[in-house]
Amino acid sequence: MFSNPDFWTSVFGRLSFESLPIHEPILVATFAAVALGGLALLGAVTYFRLWGYLWKEWFTSVDHKKIGIMYVILAVVMLLRGFADALMMRTQQAIAFDNPGFLPPHHYDQVFTAHGVIMIFFVAMPLVTGLMNLVVPLQIGARDVSFPFLNNFSFWMTTAGAIIVMMSLFIGEFAMTGWLAFPPLSDITNSPGVGVDYYIWALQVAGVGTTLSGVNLIATIVKMRAPGMTMMKLPIFTWTALCSNILIVASFPVLGATLALLSLDRYVGTNFFTAGLGGNAMMYVNLIWIWGHPEVYILILPAFGVFSEITSTFCGKRLFGYTSMVYATVVITILAYLVWLHHFFTMGSGASVNSFFGITTMIISIPTGAKIFNWMFTMFRGRIRYEVPMLWVVGFMPTFVIGGMTGVMLAVPPADFQFHNTLFLVAHFHNVIIGGVLFGMLAGINYWFPKAFGYVLDPFWGKLSFWFWLVGFWVAFGPLYVLGLMGVTRRLNHFEDGSLQIYFLIAAFGAVLIACGIACFLIQLVVSFLRREQLRDVTGDPWDGRTLEWSTSSPPPPYNFAFTPVIHDHDAWYDMKKRGFKMPLSGFQPIHMPKNTGTGVILSILSTGFAFGMIWYMWWLAAGSFALIVLGAIIHTFNYHRDYWIPADEVARTEQARSVAVAGD
Amino acid sequence: MSAEAARADGHAAHGADGGNWHDDHGAAPHGSFRSYMTGFVLAAILTIIPFALVMGDVFSDTRVTAFVIMALAVVQIVVHMIYFLHMNSRAEGGWTMLALIFTLVVVVITLAGSIWVMYHMNANMMLMPHDMRNMD
Repeated sequence: MFSNPDFWTSVFGRLSFESLPIHEPILVATFAAVALGGLALLGAVTYFRLWGYLWKEWFTSVDHKKIGIMYVILAVVMLLRGFADALMMRTQQAIAFDNPGFLPPHHYDQVFTAHGVIMIFFVAMPLVTGLMNLVVPLQIGARDVSFPFLNNFSFWMTTAGAIIVMMSLFIGEFAMTGWLAFPPLSDITNSPGVGVDYYIWALQVAGVGTTLSGVNLIATIVKMRAPGMTMMKLPIFTWTALCSNILIVASFPVLGATLALLSLDRYVGTNFFTAGLGGNAMMYVNLIWIWGHPEVYILILPAFGVFSEITSTFCGKRLFGYTSMVYATVVITILAYLVWLHHFFTMGSGASVNSFFGITTMIISIPTGAKIFNWMFTMFRGRIRYEVPMLWVVGFMPTFVIGGMTGVMLAVPPADFQFHNTLFLVAHFHNVIIGGVLFGMLAGINYWFPKAFGYVLDPFWGKLSFWFWLVGFWVAFGPLYVLGLMGVTRRLNHFEDGSLQIYFLIAAFGAVLIACGIACFLIQLVVSFLRREQLRDVTGDPWDGRTLEWSTSSPPPPYNFAFTPVIHDHDAWYDMKKRGFKMPLSGFQPIHMPKNTGTGVILSILSTGFAFGMIWYMWWLAAGSFALIVLGAIIHTFNYHRDYWIPADEVARTEQARSVAVAGD
Repeated sequence: MSAEAARADGHAAHGADGGNWHDDHGAAPHGSFRSYMTGFVLAAILTIIPFALVMGDVFSDTRVTAFVIMALAVVQIVVHMIYFLHMNSRAEGGWTMLALIFTLVVVVITLAGSIWVMYHMNANMMLMPHDMRNMD
């Protein structure tokens, strides 16, 4: 029956045996490794009979803490993929001087596109969303987020997006366009393959999850704060989470609409971004950066929040300038919408437009600078404890300041004509995203890990990981600043000028150091798990913390707080400790909680099917999956068994067990 | 006690039954029959006028017609927000109004900015080569 091409096309669309990259040895080896590793993992889960546990306790869970942890696990897995891409690029550029290297342009272009997409959408975003999910309800004294099922659904949609990107590695190809897929390169004539379609649908599916989780967390912060917690008593991390989610809700629809217009151009032959028939490719660049610039603040604001919490905790002081910190965050939220053109000064909008956006960009560095001073003044005369989270803060500050200063250099339009699309730009944004966002998230993981799991992370491997990351970052990206100033452009897979090679060799060595940093982080997780009895924290407050999440046990019970706390001051837990807070031992009431549901997993699998159908032109699959998604969503609205009560005596038992554990300490 | 704290206390009373994970409806305002009818009549009038302007060729210049229709559309939006969406400065402790203002700011920035940017792009980049020296 395969001899009939019409039948084959109607069932499998564009998919054929040629779509499988069997002639690419790197991909075949990767596939073999992934398949073996995956089979081993699945086998282990089956052998230890963990499927039921995983399904009941994790996959279907609507508990914000578990969803937060799953986001972070997703991010760490995807970090390994994105970092493998980075290592391949560094190796290629280090060796490809008098030879073509091992990555042909066709493959190299996919690698740098996948690296960018994965690192932003499936590493940085899930890390940020994961920490917000885990921490925000605890910090405001709530029992879960506003819409617990929606939270589970958002997580699985993000995962579906990640799975779609990963499928492109072994079935077909990924986009070769760079991480924002500008037309005309990304239109159907210049990118006829499935790569751009994988890109579009992965981001659309993940974008649904991101937007809904933004709505959810805004509602949570606005509506579910403990009594007495006015906005100016909100912990600073929750403030930054609020602003970050406002940015998500306001900007992700723009990304969705822009990609939808690109899809229309590719699928049904409209001309929004083509040169003919009145279309304009420059409009795509304009629109995508209206999303893209707020996106970088979506990532960095929560990192600022993490640094604020850690600085205050490990210096044993109230945060210096709390009010100015809040205003700086809000001002950044607004200004984030006024600077997008600085990403395309060179596209030719002329002097007046470029000056306006150059100036707004420089203005945004003022509130950011104010934050740096606030952290330094918090440290000033504080009793600083250099535990691992604090090390990340101290490593972050000089690194991020240098990244910020190169950003101001790029904000000067005439100078930008020299820097644009050079490795100087690449070094700059890695400087702020690694030095700011990633350091912040690793600091946050080290800080809140005991809250999530009940034992502290091993400090030795944590410190080793920190030093490898910090030194590795500078060794890897210092040379790129130099190369960029010499005019070396980004996204090239080989160079003719042999004098450049030494810089690329140093950069590759830096990437190896970062690889050691990642390895140390993974070892830290394993070692801490094995030594968990020595590292156990029964108090729930291992760092002498100041905010509400440290007032409950570690890990917190499903209901977080047996009694909703009443807030009199920001740094609420520090205030409670000062007043000699005693854990209540009686008077417990039954607690109303949301029930787990598998709908999120099912809808996410169907969305993956829908995306796969759209990518490969398997219309029956796309239409069928879409109909089932709508049906599934409607059926879910008739599910009236979505809550349960935790009886009072069970709450009493849980709290009693905790009191005994604390007393035994 | 500030309005914010009072609202938070109301929330706590609600949360005391253990159900603070679900939404509370207490603060959402509802319209009366009279306000819905006022809104409906106003909306109908604001729809009939543009229709009549177009059908009856009232203005000889179509640009004037377009301008009047746009202006009436803005009024229509305000009517919908007040009578059907129950927007006022007190709803939800001011959060509704704040969200509206933020939305307007972002939409105005996005639209005005895009028009401004794209106008300059078109003027500078979509010309024939001999016009390029007028770039500013």
